[in-house]
Amino acid sequence: MTLEQERPAATKVWGIPSGIGVPEFPPETNKRHQLCPGCGESVALQVLAEVLEEEGLREKTVCAIGIGCYSLVGNLLDVDIVQSLHGRATAVATGIKRTHPDLFVLTLQGDGDMTAEGALESFHAAARGERITSIMLNNGGFMETGCHVTPTTLVGQHTKDSAGGRDAGSHGYPVKWAETIAALDGAGYVARAAHYSPVEVKRMKKFVRRAVRHQMAGGRYGLVEALTSCPTGWLLSPVEALRWQRDEFAAYHTIGEKKAPPAGADA
Amino acid sequence: VGERKFLQCSHAVAEAAVRAGCRFYSSYPITPSSEILEYMSRRMPEVNGACVSSASETESASMVWGAGASGERALFASTSTGFSLVQEALAEMANSEIPCVMLNMSRGAVQGDYYQATRGGGHGDYRLPVLAPSTVQEAVDHTGLAFDLADRYRTPVIVLSDVVLYMTMESVELPGFVDLDAIRASKDWAAVGSGGGPRTRISFFGLSGHSDDLEDSLVRSVNKAVDIRRDEVRYEDFLVDDAEFVVVAFGMAARLAKAAIRVLRAEGTKVGLLRPITLYPFPADRIAELATNARKVITFEMNFGQMIDDVRSAVFGRCSVEWFGGLGPGSADTGFGTFWSQADVQQILRRHTADQPVADYVGGVRS
Repeated sequence: MTLEQERPAATKVWGIPSGIGVPEFPPETNKRHQLCPGCGESVALQVLAEVLEEEGLREKTVCAIGIGCYSLVGNLLDVDIVQSLHGRATAVATGIKRTHPDLFVLTLQGDGDMTAEGALESFHAAARGERITSIMLNNGGFMETGCHVTPTTLVGQHTKDSAGGRDAGSHGYPVKWAETIAALDGAGYVARAAHYSPVEVKRMKKFVRRAVRHQMAGGRYGLVEALTSCPTGWLLSPVEALRWQRDEFAAYHTIGEKKAPPAGADA
Repeated sequence: VGERKFLQCSHAVAEAAVRAGCRFYSSYPITPSSEILEYMSRRMPEVNGACVSSASETESASMVWGAGASGERALFASTSTGFSLVQEALAEMANSEIPCVMLNMSRGAVQGDYYQATRGGGHGDYRLPVLAPSTVQEAVDHTGLAFDLADRYRTPVIVLSDVVLYMTMESVELPGFVDLDAIRASKDWAAVGSGGGPRTRISFFGLSGHSDDLEDSLVRSVNKAVDIRRDEVRYEDFLVDDAEFVVVAFGMAARLAKAAIRVLRAEGTKVGLLRPITLYPFPADRIAELATNARKVITFEMNFGQMIDDVRSAVFGRCSVEWFGGLGPGSADTGFGTFWSQADVQQILRRHTADQPVADYVGGVRS
């Protein structure tokens, strides 16, 4: 089976049309998403949308959204949304959750948003153990600006400001964000997932579901770092991009649960 | 419902905020605003609110953003340097229409943040209502007023004061507690989960990706600015009816000027004070009116000359405009640098009204 055939089947879920070629769009949004063909963010957003719906949280979710390709697409999520400044979504979410403890409060951020501009906010929300959940879409670059180095860019990875590949001597070394956050006592659930195969998509959904349930059980800060492919920024075909995610990106930013409470002890 | 107490201004303002329905506070320690943080860390849990000591002012500002977007009355306080850090958030909170109150108790040149407060401070085309109290009682009253204006216009509101006022203790009458349920119920736009109703989008650009949204929001901002400029100008007249000399000063400077004006009046000088209470919108029309019958408009401010620009454009050649200010001649040292005494103001004002040459240097600045 080729990777082309392994792509998850297009199913219509509320909010997120699952990519190109979907004949029907949800009537309340009635919009096609504006992501590039082969973009992994639509997969992660679909997983998120499915989990929120299945967990019955559609009516009690507020999502603080960061700045990146996903910002406009986040509009297709059928939940209340507060657009945040670049990097500051966890702080916005803190203000919402602290005053409304019964809501499900979520942040949707990219790797640049969360680990570069927003490193301080992201780190300290986790350190304080804020009862919020972050979904970090990690494609290893600032892709909305046309592909530039972020803290998660691999050494040797090509971007427009690391032509010839990221040079550690000039750009420094990548940050393993999930592992960094997992080291904090304030973090309760931390996982990293990918979508290069249907198995990984299912695993991503499992991690997102656990993170969501963790917050609803009163647990401390939760993070799911979803690796998302970016054929446009990586200058690869959609299929090659999935392969690169599997063989290169996920080899450094490794998949799995980095921190999870024992079953039944989510708080 | 009022309650009279003898309080330091920061504590009085913090308590006034709680009574005005503030249920979220976040800030980063900086003298002198730390006292509000200390008070709120104890007080907020008592009223089922939240106080978060943040890792930076930028973080605090976005926390206030979140609390405001979800319909709560939220407060941030800082001091000059820290207040510079929240300009990014203020600019986009204005565009996102987030109600909140931001206190700046400035230090250094104690009125040196006039431009920052009244010109927007951050990027983009926005202005925020700015209140400038001159007594502890007024600082208390402005707290409730600021929250009301913030909710009425869905905008951040700045209260600009200084270290001297916030460390002053005076007898104040605290207001009663507002009906918080009614305030919350009135915010049908708040992001609190759709609960089966329409979804809420709170954003500084049209999230749909259509340029119409952006245009709508810009048009709304302009309309709002027009309303605020028309309806929210506040000022105090003091002995201006027959004044040949009109002093324009705000905050603590106005307080010193008022005392000096009383002395000069007793000497027979026809001098009065116009005190802008809102620095934005600025009482330009009133100043123009007074300038029509005055010989001079004299601006006094504790900085190197900022409000003078607004005064000049208000007077617009109707009479002559003079200025004095700066850090202060140094006869009153507050521990936060030199400051003005009432005697200094009186002496310099006497020269201005007698058409005498004013001392070359006032507080290190050629006047």
